[in-house]
Amino acid sequence: MPDVKRSIRPSEVRMSRSTPLRGVHESLGATLTDFAGWQMPLRYGSESAEHNAVRTAAGLFDLSHMGEIFVVGAQAGEALDRALVGHLSVLAPGRARYTMIVNETGGILDDLIVYRLDEDRYMVVANASNYALVARELADRVRGHNARVTDRSDEYALVAVQGPRAAGILAALTDADLDDLKYYAIVPGVVAGAPALIARTGYTGEDGFELFVANEHAVPLWNALAEAGKDAGLVPAGLSARDTLRLEAGMPLYGNELSAAITPFDAGLGRVVRFDKPGDFVGKAALERAAENGTRRRLVGLAALGRRVPRHGYPVTREGAVVGEVTSGAPSQSLGRPIAMAYVDEGALDKGGLAVDIRGSQEPVDVVDLPFYRRSK
Amino acid sequence: MSTIPDDLSYTKEHEWVAGIEDGLTVTVGITAYAAEQLGDVVFVEVHAEAGSTVAAGDTVGEVESTKSVSDIFAPVGGEVVEINPAVVDDPSLVNSDPYGEGWLFRVRVEQEPDDLLSAAEYTALTSGES
Repeated sequence: MPDVKRSIRPSEVRMSRSTPLRGVHESLGATLTDFAGWQMPLRYGSESAEHNAVRTAAGLFDLSHMGEIFVVGAQAGEALDRALVGHLSVLAPGRARYTMIVNETGGILDDLIVYRLDEDRYMVVANASNYALVARELADRVRGHNARVTDRSDEYALVAVQGPRAAGILAALTDADLDDLKYYAIVPGVVAGAPALIARTGYTGEDGFELFVANEHAVPLWNALAEAGKDAGLVPAGLSARDTLRLEAGMPLYGNELSAAITPFDAGLGRVVRFDKPGDFVGKAALERAAENGTRRRLVGLAALGRRVPRHGYPVTREGAVVGEVTSGAPSQSLGRPIAMAYVDEGALDKGGLAVDIRGSQEPVDVVDLPFYRRSK
Repeated sequence: MSTIPDDLSYTKEHEWVAGIEDGLTVTVGITAYAAEQLGDVVFVEVHAEAGSTVAAGDTVGEVESTKSVSDIFAPVGGEVVEINPAVVDDPSLVNSDPYGEGWLFRVRVEQEPDDLLSAAEYTALTSGES
């Protein structure tokens, strides 16, 4: 079993960074893994049990490796309109938007959630692997506007509570009115004594909250949530469950579905590009061409007929010819069969008869609509 | 920390080998340590068929978990006499009972293998890794 040894990589353990919750994860017996230079919990016990807990009750996640970049000033909105593909100046205070930052050729540098905290204050949440680049790009791109970019990633911890029982668990610990907090909205509040930004966002396909707090509040906040949710079935959940949850929900992962070689249109996310906003933005000309030309390959969902799992990088084939590539794949708890996302040639999609080359064996797959899983409201 | 039974032999590839009765038919599985590292096992396949002959070190199958896929090796040479139908049907047995119900296959050997690791040696190997 060579993979077992390879997954441990002791040299990286020493080099990588830890979140304020590392000690908590270790005391819970978590298997830690290196993710984008951070020691993060991969799972605490069974990852399928963690996955199912989030679908049916609630899960608690440490996402402190994510980046928080503040853009502040009278022209912060206009500056973000120029820097990103979305129309952020019209976002209402207290609301959030999923958007992207692209390069001059339209390639995706990161996918982001931008929260408008108040009239002249935005928080840009970026992926762990990209936030340093995003902060640099933002600082560069807002020049000439009355707006200041501050990377505060090192000051903030991020704890998420996700699942159908998340609201009930969180409500017992905060004075914030969660009934009034809509999906993709954010409100400041106090949670278990900690000043927090409470956002109704997530990456699991379930209702849930992301709580941004100063590092020193992370451990007491985690412990309070774990205690408050114990009877409701809340369990700590690691990155492995987070990955299968987001995959079932059809949500892209930077580095898998998204990269600098891919435009938002390639990824089927052209809706985030707002050509109708005033003024120019970085990548606009290239994205206009991409929108006009259409795409050769499209991001689709695949469901395997057998039990073997299509994984990142495996070829998608049709009658022996390579017609695409898998970007993410996993066994799906909710569907009971392996699922994957893949870029597949437009021409091959109509014809059917697709397979994934799983280590030399052509395993048949169906093309299915994304998302694989949609929660019942 | 996972248990490492004293009465089994081990390999560097995190497999265990148990002798039965005459010492000439051995049972093979993967260790609790390996099962923990893999996470939830979702698929087990032994390609080598019952009746076929394998050499020590041959790749005879694969075990797939949520996050990874790994080869299964023959720790000893001989004739494959049985593949565990229960673990093929319910791969989670590798996690829930790696040294019992989660066994993978049985091999008839010509002579008792002597190049395997003892429990103490395997304990040293895994404590060095974690």
